[in-house]
Amino acid sequence: MRYIPHTPADVERALAKIGAPSIDALFADLPEALRDPGIDLPQGMDEASLLEHLQELAAKNVASGPNFLGGGARRHFTPSVTAHLAMQSEFVTAYTPYQPEVAQGLLQATFEYQTIMAELTGLPVSNASMYDGASTVAEAVLLTIRQTGRDRVLVSRGVHPETRAVIATYLTALDAELEIVDLDPHTTRTPDVGDDVACFVAQQPNYLGYLEDMAGLTSAAHAGGALMVAAVDPLSLAVLAAPGEYGADIAAGDGQTLGNPVNFGGPAFGFMVVGESLIRQFPGRLVGETVDVDGKRAFVLTLQAREQHIRRSKAKSNICSNHQLTAVMAAINVSALGPQGLRDLALGSVANAHALAAALVAAGYAPEVGRRYFNEFVLPVKQDPALLRSALAAHGVHAGVAAPAEYGFGHAIVLSATESTRPADIAKLIAALNACGEGPGSAQGQEEAVAHV
Amino acid sequence: MSDARKASPVPLHQQLPLVFERSRPGRRASQPPTPAEFDAAAVLGAENLRKEAPRLPEVSELDLVRHYTQLAHRQMSIDANIYPLGSCTMKYNPKVNEEAAKLFQDLHPYQAPETVQGALELLYNLQHDLGAITGMDAVSLQPAAGAHGELAGILMIRAYHRSRGEGEQRRVVLVPDGAHGTNPATAAMAGYDVVEVPTGPDGEVDLEAFKARLNDRVAAVMLTNPNTLGLFERRILEIKEAAHAVGAQLYYDGANLNAIVGRVRPGDMGFDVVHLNLHKTFTTPHGGGGPGTGPVGVKAHLAKFLPAPIVERRQDGQFFLQSDIPQSIGRMRSFYGNFGNLVRAYTYIRALGLEGLREVSGYAVLNANYLRARFKELGFTVPFDRVNMHEFVAQPPTGLRTLDIAKAQLDYGMHPATVYFPLIVKEALMVEPTETESLEALDNYVDTLAEILERSVSDPDYLAGAPYNTPVRRLDEVRAARQPVLKYDFAGN
Amino acid sequence: MKTPEELRYATSHEWVRREDEAVTVGITDFAQDQLGDVVFVELPESGRHVAKGDQVAVVESVKTASDIYAPVTGIITDVNGALETTPELINDQPYAAGWLFRIELENDSELNDLLDADAYQKSASEES
Repeated sequence: MRYIPHTPADVERALAKIGAPSIDALFADLPEALRDPGIDLPQGMDEASLLEHLQELAAKNVASGPNFLGGGARRHFTPSVTAHLAMQSEFVTAYTPYQPEVAQGLLQATFEYQTIMAELTGLPVSNASMYDGASTVAEAVLLTIRQTGRDRVLVSRGVHPETRAVIATYLTALDAELEIVDLDPHTTRTPDVGDDVACFVAQQPNYLGYLEDMAGLTSAAHAGGALMVAAVDPLSLAVLAAPGEYGADIAAGDGQTLGNPVNFGGPAFGFMVVGESLIRQFPGRLVGETVDVDGKRAFVLTLQAREQHIRRSKAKSNICSNHQLTAVMAAINVSALGPQGLRDLALGSVANAHALAAALVAAGYAPEVGRRYFNEFVLPVKQDPALLRSALAAHGVHAGVAAPAEYGFGHAIVLSATESTRPADIAKLIAALNACGEGPGSAQGQEEAVAHV
Repeated sequence: MSDARKASPVPLHQQLPLVFERSRPGRRASQPPTPAEFDAAAVLGAENLRKEAPRLPEVSELDLVRHYTQLAHRQMSIDANIYPLGSCTMKYNPKVNEEAAKLFQDLHPYQAPETVQGALELLYNLQHDLGAITGMDAVSLQPAAGAHGELAGILMIRAYHRSRGEGEQRRVVLVPDGAHGTNPATAAMAGYDVVEVPTGPDGEVDLEAFKARLNDRVAAVMLTNPNTLGLFERRILEIKEAAHAVGAQLYYDGANLNAIVGRVRPGDMGFDVVHLNLHKTFTTPHGGGGPGTGPVGVKAHLAKFLPAPIVERRQDGQFFLQSDIPQSIGRMRSFYGNFGNLVRAYTYIRALGLEGLREVSGYAVLNANYLRARFKELGFTVPFDRVNMHEFVAQPPTGLRTLDIAKAQLDYGMHPATVYFPLIVKEALMVEPTETESLEALDNYVDTLAEILERSVSDPDYLAGAPYNTPVRRLDEVRAARQPVLKYDFAGN
Repeated sequence: MKTPEELRYATSHEWVRREDEAVTVGITDFAQDQLGDVVFVELPESGRHVAKGDQVAVVESVKTASDIYAPVTGIITDVNGALETTPELINDQPYAAGWLFRIELENDSELNDLLDADAYQKSASEES
């Protein structure tokens, strides 16, 4: 397949205008010895064969079946209208709105996105999106280091392990120290925040699903003069206190739950929303309102002097493209759901997670439900979570996000529910757990546990 | 003037309300499952609940559809308009890519590996294909955008020097003065001092000035080849020798790979690290500014520093995510990368195959040179006038401003080139037509420019006032920056 | 372009006005014209010691940002807070209300290294 429109006559006409004998002659500047190396790639395919190849690959996956996987990505209900509107080719095949007169569509949609994120987080200034949630939280940490001039960073162990790993990567090149604040074991211990601390990062709900005392943690951060970074699931903010309400300085996280497909982990988008005082240190694109020469309302990229294309080595971040389309998709989805629909998704997830926990207890399991949790909680298990996950998959159930050993629950998994979790799904999960030897008193489970210690 | 304008399906001069202004209490466009009744304050704790409800739009489904359809009508795009934005490779994005992506979109990243073998196989194949195309030994698909790949690349170089005990000594990254802004910004973010290398009179890296800046304090040299003037760096092998002689690593910014894909490989030119922009060469959608995807490839000596995880294949043929890379720079993001875009890029590569990819660079370069010849006929100056690669940089005829010409083009339904970049050329227009535009489309683009230039002569005020018929006209950007309004004001004051 | 005779100039487009033991510093009419409408100014902290040539402030317009360097060595004694809300003063009155900061001079002789109005005009015209 090729997407090139040139006829032989076109090629001849173009070469005549250029004054070159052949297309290959245009490449005379390339070092001769290096030209046309043997590149190990297959022959091209026609569309039917190509789709067949991809369908064969897709057939080796199993997406269907009850799904209790969370850990930063969840399959929530998304109305059909969302993808239809987001995937309009004008949005999909445009680029960064450098010419605002002909980019009002995406600029206005982004301005609306910024407003939605400001409303959800209770903080005034949202950028136009970043990459994913983990790298966005890392960028938030860098922001606090620039803003405070301090070089220690406190991060709760309740923050997603992958997010903590990304923060560590982003900090490697700086003379900054990363310190993990332990859980007690469900929620974060209140840290002593010294006057050398740039920020404290906590996640709500935390990685295990439990609700943190964000107001208390924020007070602790502020007592030491540090900035508070709230890593949040934006869907939960339909119900849970907004970061702005408890005084957080920055809200950041992954927007997938607002209506992006799970996509095997990406792309979704990272969001960051901050207080007014942090605007000058803010990374990423910002869309602002203004007027045109006729006085008409219009939208435009603004405060660009912070960015790499102007400030080069002195930019606030090297970020260039963001995750615009997936962010707009979220804005469309939130507008489709409205405040009631978003609340229904959040509360439905809470209700079903609690129904799941109750069913597990009734079946003789011992989920960690002594603390308040949102839509996820820990279930101690007998087998290595990775093996259990595969065993459950063999029974047609997707479950088994690990609660790693660092949390101190031994073998344990995090179970997640959504508004779409049905009683029959819960029954299937419990049956699968039983069949995998996880049921109370199951000898098989005990043996496996011993075998893999 | 343009007939295209009259054909517009909607009266674009109307001011479009914000979705918040369309909102009426009680309307909704979608009905998700209704949750069971329960006391949220009792279950979640009253102290954990939000006090003020977020003010989110309440619209009917048709309102919503009209709103976003009308917004789409106020948006130029490749699918509707020629869009020769230099350095951005705005080529056609095949629709089959979108169908392919849908086949995988419901896979959760934490599913058991047995249930995602097809997805892992695709990633494994793509790691191979990108390695083969770039001439690199190992590839990580994790970075979420080109600049993110740059950061991963420079952090790997940093880790490499540290592993050899030279971390403290090598503090400098050399970057040409014509480089993309992300290069110096990335080097600074990775803790390096940036030293610029001037461009010589032939539009390429000034080799003497380059060598004068090279020493054992240099960690890396970041290059784009062809460079941002659209010229191939002919002394690349000398640059490589010199850089490696002082122990510096050579970094390839893949933004301009479309010029050479299938013909020469960064790895063969001596580059140690490369990042690719899949939304440029490999046709994943630009999406109005992302999501991009920025895989990184490295030579064998850097493979142990790649960001984890990498997809590997067991003896039994099963694919798995290898996270145990002891000297890895760590994670760059959550999960495994922008998988949806990786599917699209893979679909494109397998559609074209090697011969098809080699045609891509051939026709991209043909189109750019054709356009350069036609721009010169109009009186544009090409500061480094020789056979260029996939793009060229021009300056408008004397007395005219690039900005004004660009704004006038908008009235004709044509997207301008990249303007005022690279910074080393005054009044620069950087034009990259890509291989998917036909000669008629290019001729039409040039003829329109000719008409604009003629009008600027007959009506001296015309250019400064353009555009006239776009949804909005020139904006007050100073006001936007001095008094930033970054969200809707619900109070209406 | 205006270049008042009584001022001294740096090739990086700062002007300097001697006032007893201190100097007032701003950017020239030429510089503000090249930048276009100024939208933001990042000022140094009062009390900071700066060496001649240190980057001490940033003046931003919509599409560019320009670093401002200390033309002499000394302590910053005062900054023009009015610029925080009305950065356009730099465009409107570059040599008066648009001043940036004051430095308490450490070494009078550094003033001799700066250009007079004629020399600065020549230097700036070569750049444009």
